[in-house]
Amino acid sequence: MKRPSLSFLSRVLAPLRAAYESLPPPVRRWTTPMLLAVFFVIALFSPSFINLYWQQVLIYVGINIILTASLNLVNGYMGEFSVGHAGFMAVGAYVASILTVWVFPRWGLGEYVPYLFPLALLIGGLAAGLTGLVIAFPSFRTRGDYLAIVTLAWNMIVKSVLENIDAIGGPRGFMGMQKLTSVAWVYVWVIITIYLLRNLVYSNFGRGTLSIREDEIASSLVSVDTRKVKITVFVVAAFFAGIAGGLFAHIIQFINPRSFSILKSTDVLVMVYLGGIGSLGGSILGATVYTVLLELLRPLQVWRWVVGPLLLVLLMIFRPYGIMGMREWRFLIPPEERVETVAALMERIRRKREAVAAPAPAGGSSG
Amino acid sequence: MQTLVQQVLNALQLGSVYALIALGYTMVYGIITLINFAHGDIFMVSTYVAFFVGTALMSQLLRLPGIVVFVLTVLAAMFATALLAVLIERFAYKPLRQAPRVSAVITALGVGLFLENFTLATIGPDPRFLPKFFPVVTFTMGGVAFSNIQIIIIAVSAVVMLLLDTIVRRTMVGMAMRAVSWDKFTAPLMGVPVDRIISITFAIGASIAAIGGTLFGMVYTVDPYMGIRIGWWAFISAVVGGIGNIRGAMIGGYILGFVEIFTPVILPASTYRDFVAFSLLLVLLIFRPYGILGRPVAQKV
Repeated sequence: MKRPSLSFLSRVLAPLRAAYESLPPPVRRWTTPMLLAVFFVIALFSPSFINLYWQQVLIYVGINIILTASLNLVNGYMGEFSVGHAGFMAVGAYVASILTVWVFPRWGLGEYVPYLFPLALLIGGLAAGLTGLVIAFPSFRTRGDYLAIVTLAWNMIVKSVLENIDAIGGPRGFMGMQKLTSVAWVYVWVIITIYLLRNLVYSNFGRGTLSIREDEIASSLVSVDTRKVKITVFVVAAFFAGIAGGLFAHIIQFINPRSFSILKSTDVLVMVYLGGIGSLGGSILGATVYTVLLELLRPLQVWRWVVGPLLLVLLMIFRPYGIMGMREWRFLIPPEERVETVAALMERIRRKREAVAAPAPAGGSSG
Repeated sequence: MQTLVQQVLNALQLGSVYALIALGYTMVYGIITLINFAHGDIFMVSTYVAFFVGTALMSQLLRLPGIVVFVLTVLAAMFATALLAVLIERFAYKPLRQAPRVSAVITALGVGLFLENFTLATIGPDPRFLPKFFPVVTFTMGGVAFSNIQIIIIAVSAVVMLLLDTIVRRTMVGMAMRAVSWDKFTAPLMGVPVDRIISITFAIGASIAAIGGTLFGMVYTVDPYMGIRIGWWAFISAVVGGIGNIRGAMIGGYILGFVEIFTPVILPASTYRDFVAFSLLLVLLIFRPYGILGRPVAQKV
C-alpha cells in the first residue's frame, strides 16, 4: 500500500523534532525513557490535582489506546478485518473481576487484592489470549469478509454465553469490583502494550505479518509460516484486549454482557481507522481524539451519537487512511529502523561534498 | 404435531422477512463486494415510513379501504427507502469505490449508526405499532391456528422473491446486474452503465427491504433498534446462504427463521437463540466458508 503524504501534525511538530535532533546523542538516547518516567510520576500524583471526572476520561483514553493498538495489529498490520474485539475484552473483564471479587478473597488474600490486581489482569489477558485461538483457527481457511463475519459471530457468542451463565449474573451483570484502576496503572499498561507491540511489529515476525497483509500466498512462498503468524497475532491482540477489559471492569466497577456488544467493537474499529491503520502512533492519536471528542460532545446528549458516525463517514470519504495511516511517529520506530528524512539526507550529502571540496578544519563548515 | 405445524408457520413468517432483508445485503455484495452494514437500518427507516404513511392514510377522514391503504403504504415505503439507499450510495459509497475496501465497510457501519441514532434522536425510543390494515381473522384447521396476516406475509414474500428471481434472470437490467457482478471491468466495455446499475441494485434491495419492513411492522413493534436486531439476523441469513447469491439469501432467511423459532422449543430459554444462530454460522463458515450456495473464489497468484 502506498503511504499518504506528510500530515499537518508532523509539520507542526517539525521544530520540536529539530530541537530534539540537535541534542547530543547520549542525551537523545535517554530522552524517551526520561520523559516516560516523568509522565509516570505525574500520573502517579495526578489524583491530587486532576478532578475525578478528568481522571476517568484519562483512564478511558488509556484503555482505548490499548484496545486500539492491539486491534491495529490484526486489522492494520496483518490486514484482516476483525470486528469482534469486544468479545476478547469481555473474557478479560470477567476473568479478572471473578479473580478479584471471588477467588482472591476466598483464598484469604482479600486485603492483598490491590497488589494482586496486575496478576488478575494478566490471567484475564491470558484467558482472552487463549480464546484468540477461536478466531485464529478459522483464519487458516477463511479470509477477508468471511473472517470478519467469524469474528462478529464470536463477539455475539461471547455476549450470548455470558448472558446465559447465571452464576456470574447473566444479563444482570457482575459487580463488587473495587476501584483498582488508576491513571498510573493504566499508564503503565499503555507503555507496556505500545512497547511490546512496537517490538513485535519491527521484529522479523512483524515483517511476516506485514507480508501477509500485502499478499498471503506470496509470503507463504517466501517461507513465512503464515499459520504461526496468524496464531500469534490473534492471540497477542486478544491478550491485550483482555488486559484492557480487566482495567475497564475495575474502573466502572460493574460489567454486564451488553457492555461488550458489537457496538463496543465498532467503537474500537472507529478508533483504529480514525487513527490510521498500520500505525501505533495513529492508534494512540485515534483513541485519544475519539475518546476526548465524545466527552466534549456530551452536552449534545443523544445527538452526539448522530454527530459521531457522521464525522466518521466524512473522515472515511475525505481521508480514507485515517489521521496517520501507514505512517509512524519517529520515536516509536526503533533507532536502527529509522529512515532519514529526505531533507536530512540531502543536508548530510551537501556537508560531505563541502568537506571534500574544501578540506578546512571541522569548525569552519557552513551551517 | 399441532404445535410443530404451528411453529413451522411462525418460522416461515419470520423467515420470509429475514429473506427479504437478506436479499438487499446479498445483492449489494454481489455487485460491489461491499457488506452494506447500513441495510438493516434502511429496513428500520422503511418501517417508520410505513408507520407514518399508514397512520396518516388510515385516518377517519379519508375512509379508504384497508387493502388500498396497505398497497399505498408499501409503495410509499418502497419509494422512500429506495431513494434513501440511492442517496447513501451516491454520497457515502461512491466516493470510496477506489479507496481501500475496508474504508467502505467502515463507512457503511457509520451510515448505519447514523441512521439509527438519528431516528432515536428525532423520533424517540418508544416502540410503535403500525395501524391494522385488515381485521385479523384467525382460521383453525385441524387444531392449527393461523391468521390472514400470516398468510399475507408468507404469500407476498414468496411472490416478491419469485419476481426478483425473474428480474435478475430474465430481464435486461438483471442481465446487466449479473454482468457487473461477474466482471466489473469488462461490463462497462460491453456498454453496461455500471453506475446506473449499481444505483438500481441499491434501489431494488432497499425497496424489497421496505416490503419486508411493512410486513414485519404488521406483526411486531417498530423501534429504532430493530435495524440492528433484525438486520444482523438477516445478514447472517445472507452469509449462511452464500453472500452474493440471491437464491442462497432466500434459503438462508428461512433457515434462520427456523433457528429462531425452534431454539426456544428445544433449548430451555429463548436467550440461547443468538448463541445457537451464531454458533451455527461459525461452524458453517469453518467447514463451508462460502455458504450453502456460494462458490469458492479461486485465488490467483
